[in-house]
Amino acid sequence: MDGNVTDVMTGEQSIRNFNINFGPQHPAAHGVLRLVLELDGEVVERVDPHIGLLHRGTEKLMESRTYLQNLPYLDRLDYVAPMNQEHAWCLAIERMTGTEISRRASLIRVLYSEIGRILNHLLNVTTQAMDVGALTPPLWGFEEREKLMVFYERACGARLHSAYFRPGGVHQDLPQDLLDDIATWAGEFPEIIDDIEGLLTENRIFKQRNVDIGIVSQQDCQDWGMSGVMVRGSGLKWDLRRSQPYECYDEFDFLIPVGRNGDCYDRYLCRMHEMRESTKIINQAIAKLEKCKGEDVLVRGKLSPPSRATMKSSMEALIHHFKLYTEGFHVPAGEIYAAVEAPKGEFGVYLVSDGTNKPWKVKLRAPGYPHLQAMDHICRGHMLADVSAALGSLDIVFGEVDR
Amino acid sequence: MELAAFQDLQETITARQEAAVVGSEIRHGELTITVTPASLVDFISYLKMDGACRFTTLIDITAVDWPEREKRFELVYHFLSMHLNQRIRIKADVREDELVPSIVEVHPGANWYEREVFDMYGILFSGHPDLRRILTDYGFRGYPLRKDFPTTGYVEVRYDEEQKRVVYEPVQLVQEYRQFDFMSPWEGAEYILPGDEKKGGA
Repeated sequence: MDGNVTDVMTGEQSIRNFNINFGPQHPAAHGVLRLVLELDGEVVERVDPHIGLLHRGTEKLMESRTYLQNLPYLDRLDYVAPMNQEHAWCLAIERMTGTEISRRASLIRVLYSEIGRILNHLLNVTTQAMDVGALTPPLWGFEEREKLMVFYERACGARLHSAYFRPGGVHQDLPQDLLDDIATWAGEFPEIIDDIEGLLTENRIFKQRNVDIGIVSQQDCQDWGMSGVMVRGSGLKWDLRRSQPYECYDEFDFLIPVGRNGDCYDRYLCRMHEMRESTKIINQAIAKLEKCKGEDVLVRGKLSPPSRATMKSSMEALIHHFKLYTEGFHVPAGEIYAAVEAPKGEFGVYLVSDGTNKPWKVKLRAPGYPHLQAMDHICRGHMLADVSAALGSLDIVFGEVDR
Repeated sequence: MELAAFQDLQETITARQEAAVVGSEIRHGELTITVTPASLVDFISYLKMDGACRFTTLIDITAVDWPEREKRFELVYHFLSMHLNQRIRIKADVREDELVPSIVEVHPGANWYEREVFDMYGILFSGHPDLRRILTDYGFRGYPLRKDFPTTGYVEVRYDEEQKRVVYEPVQLVQEYRQFDFMSPWEGAEYILPGDEKKGGA
């Protein structure tokens, strides 16, 4: 043994790297994600996400349906905040056809987009907490989500797949008592956020599991095409509502929370703060809606149906209604990319029209897709237990990743 | 974004990259530049590095299938410059059998997008580190987003009680896939309506 200076490896030490399957049936995989993890002991060496288990061919299906029939498909992408996706679809069509929507419709869209943002962040923040071991936050958060889904239901009749935003406005006007109830809720909600923050923000276990985990630098954000909270958590002040305002976001007063370290904890703080800012926007939107009562919420042009009352007396209106729901409207040939600041990041619709009643090509740009792609980059060198913390803070929903 | 800023950008890019640019246009407030496929990597790294552009965020890569064109596919890249607060769309026309250089070296985030384009359209990217299918099933055949691929696909799956496993079978439609023809005869159909064949012939 004297001349031999190299370490002698025991059988256990020389063992090869270990591959495990994380998912597709795993509560922390947030749906149907299959991660193939290569582990050296408990340290992650490589992450290979296998996606597509929820692939439904949305983009293919959309090519054989009319523009209006395609709208509900958008709900089924990120089913946590359905209306934000519809918004991008409506914006794309409205920009192609040059349609200006009424102010009331625009305000309602802002109102419900922000409700969607809160719906999304409540789900994400609380289930991420569950992934790192806390059970109470999801129970508290889901109670609020339930109330918000009732607001969805009262606006459009559906709790989840709303199909409420339509090209040319929104489907129906909101009754005043609903607006009053939303205002009451928005008054109470900051206290609920305080409660949830009381559970998590200074919680020792939560901080141990999240602080300095899954750090994303500003360079990473650029390289991997990230957007939304992923970018803001790393300190880049980038929010489409501010930088490329759509709808009437430019007249609202809200702040954009920005993190400093780009770790899971900063992203959590950003989401919590964004919920408070969204509540502010909701309050402002309701106040602004007060001033334009009784305005029509649909542009009664080619894109949207005539009112029920005119259909009772006008033959042309009846024909228009029939043609709209059978043939659908035609969109002039061309292409457009319309993006909105969805809760998860930039959700975009790239629409190519050939001038008929059906889109020639639709590409749905989901924010979760590039974020999930960066999993390998983010998780390398972390411990196995950190994978679920990082995955949770990426805010992945498979409806939109797999399309 | 003002039109003037776009025009400046358009002029700068076309002047600097004369050899690569095939055409450019501004429509619906969006700048589109068409380039040759061979120059994609250089052109996109120019867009990323140049101080006047700094399109550092890759938003999306996709393709559009135009079966009747000689160069069948149109590759579409979307970029965002957070520094200038501008967007740009880059296009390249590609033949069905043509290899396209991968831009993974320039934008690491292009990896999955190129895999998706390969998966959906069968366009091959040269120099891609890991060109596997991404969204479709393990062992899937065909390229679903091509226009000649039926919406129903070719195979369907079901659980076989006897074999105790999931089996693949050719698609059997109990009813034809419904594609309604909405061409209105009142607005002048450009084809002979069913039943009018004799009149059309005369």
